[in-house]
Amino acid sequence: MSDGALLQVDQLTMRFGGLVAIDRLSFAADHEKITAVIGPNGAGKTTVFNCLTGFYRPTSGNLALRRNDKELRLQRMDGWRIARDAGIARTFQNIRLFAGMTVLENLIIAQHTKLMRASAWSLAGLLGLARYRSVEKEAVEHAREWLDRIGLTDRADQNAGTLPYGDQRRLEIARAMCTGPVLLCLDEPAAGLNPHESHELNRLLLSIRDRYRIAILLIEHDMNVVMGISDRVVVLDYGKKIADGTPAEVRSDPAVIKAYLGEPEA
Amino acid sequence: MDLGKLAKDSALAAFVALILAIPLAGFNTNQPGGNSIGTRWDWVAIAVVVVFVGRFAIGLLPKRRRSDRPPVVSLFLTKHQSILGWVGLGIAIVWPFMPFASQYYLDLATAVLIYIMLGWGLNVVVGLAGLLNLGYAAFYAVGAYTLALTAAYWNFGFWEALPLAGLTSAIVGILLALPVLRLRGDYLAIVTLGFGEIIRIILINWQSFTYGPNGINGLPRPTFFGLPLSARAPSGGKTFAQFLGIDFNLAQRYIYLYFVTLALALIVNLFIIKLRRLPVGRAWEALREDEIATRALGINPVSAKLSAFAVGALLAGFAGVFFATRQGFVSPESFNFQESATVLAIVVLGGMGSQLGIAIAAIILVTLPEFGRDFAQFRMLLFGAAMVGIMIWRPRGLFSIRTPSIRLGETQLGEMRK
Repeated sequence: MSDGALLQVDQLTMRFGGLVAIDRLSFAADHEKITAVIGPNGAGKTTVFNCLTGFYRPTSGNLALRRNDKELRLQRMDGWRIARDAGIARTFQNIRLFAGMTVLENLIIAQHTKLMRASAWSLAGLLGLARYRSVEKEAVEHAREWLDRIGLTDRADQNAGTLPYGDQRRLEIARAMCTGPVLLCLDEPAAGLNPHESHELNRLLLSIRDRYRIAILLIEHDMNVVMGISDRVVVLDYGKKIADGTPAEVRSDPAVIKAYLGEPEA
Repeated sequence: MDLGKLAKDSALAAFVALILAIPLAGFNTNQPGGNSIGTRWDWVAIAVVVVFVGRFAIGLLPKRRRSDRPPVVSLFLTKHQSILGWVGLGIAIVWPFMPFASQYYLDLATAVLIYIMLGWGLNVVVGLAGLLNLGYAAFYAVGAYTLALTAAYWNFGFWEALPLAGLTSAIVGILLALPVLRLRGDYLAIVTLGFGEIIRIILINWQSFTYGPNGINGLPRPTFFGLPLSARAPSGGKTFAQFLGIDFNLAQRYIYLYFVTLALALIVNLFIIKLRRLPVGRAWEALREDEIATRALGINPVSAKLSAFAVGALLAGFAGVFFATRQGFVSPESFNFQESATVLAIVVLGGMGSQLGIAIAAIILVTLPEFGRDFAQFRMLLFGAAMVGIMIWRPRGLFSIRTPSIRLGETQLGEMRK
């Protein structure tokens, strides 16, 4: 494991009653790298995400995130604190946008921490102080940059729920990015996208990595996405890590082929 | 729907009507000079026939196709929201000076304003934050009793009690919200319903402190910068009428209370409009839309929920003070479940989240039973029928279209783009 890792998962175990969903899993996600977590259905990928983002409390193991020379132990933090203080943003397998609110509002809500501070917990905001108004304007500007990038500027004032599926996926990524994360966790971002859209997604993710210099952790079934953009691939099967390496290494790993295709007939 | 199936459906509806009508309309205890029970089977028969024929007739009507397009009424109301709001305010200001504005109409208008305030307060909790609260009358009671008790024990006036009532109510709101933070939807509704009853039962049973079911009367009325609006001045002071050198008239008191209520209602309105556009307001709405996503964005759901409960309770506390001073009397029975249900009905009918919709709904729901007075015992039946009709006609409330809290088009950035 590299010393410069942003996120270090160490001996992570998650049990639900008698079921062991994740079994002593260790891997790392590096700065400015895209790390993909792949595996057959039910391998425990989303459970890893839920442990990382505080939705589940792991049974045992250590999740360490290095930020500003401090090491944060994620397994002891509440979900919202992980998002706010550790800077981990995520998207969901079954998109969770604020469907009844507009596209722009979705992106503004993501900048809540910054805006809340500027509004002095609503006091300055209620009085309409100039300082708050300028921060709000910055937030709108920031949101607009993202709208331009994902091509939704013209639909900014539409309800997010009315967008086509592919746009919703991209909006959810933009919303996660508006929180200003150091680690972006994407749960099957290419699910349900057509080849053209998933190609666009690849470009978006690479530009996020290079422009914002953040780490991306990716769960994905679409091998075009995984093999096309990942710097590193971690393969899970039945909650255990069976391979870890560059896309090329993983692709030719016999254990991976076995997990995906079954054992060759003797 | 084929006729056979429709007939079966109508028969089922008629059967339900039969079960309901026997206890509700079938017996009559109102016999002159005796305690015998009379029966009114003819009424039951009428109810059953009416329901059967009615259900059949509705089934024969051509079915309306559901469309995704928002209904015309909603679109119209939403589009002209600000004009309607100003017109409403204009009417509210000239109302006391209209020739027909008797004391009764003024008092009714004050009651409407109090319910508008309550509706706006509950809307923060239910409409914006999406936390179903069935015990809202409890906070209303805390506000009203703060005025009554501080007046009874420490001789507080209206203006001293008003901020204190808001504060007490908000604190109670937070205390009640703490244990229910993990609950959502139905479970939250049941627990808040219980809290509403607990407060009322405490008020009834803690006789030594709250004067129990007898209530407290002789509550203070708002003074005009220290000048009371009454016939006789307190020793060494002047009344409002003496100060102006005019004759005292009871109508002055009603008009003054009306305008004080109107002024606070306007402040409440501005407060909520402002809050909705602040991060805290957006966090409430985000919580309503998706709590998990809200947490994933680094928003503390606990503080968002607590602040929603606190703001809702604060506004109910204010409204409670107005309610108490308007009646000059409080008793626990004013704060039963019916009260919470009425306020919730106002919020739902208004279209959750819309300020103007709630104001219109409050006018309808508060004045409707008053118009029904001529119908004596059928008043509540009429009220119920109207509610059913409204919910069929406008199931998502009068204003079912949400106004965004911020638009790209309204900002300078948006203008630069054009």
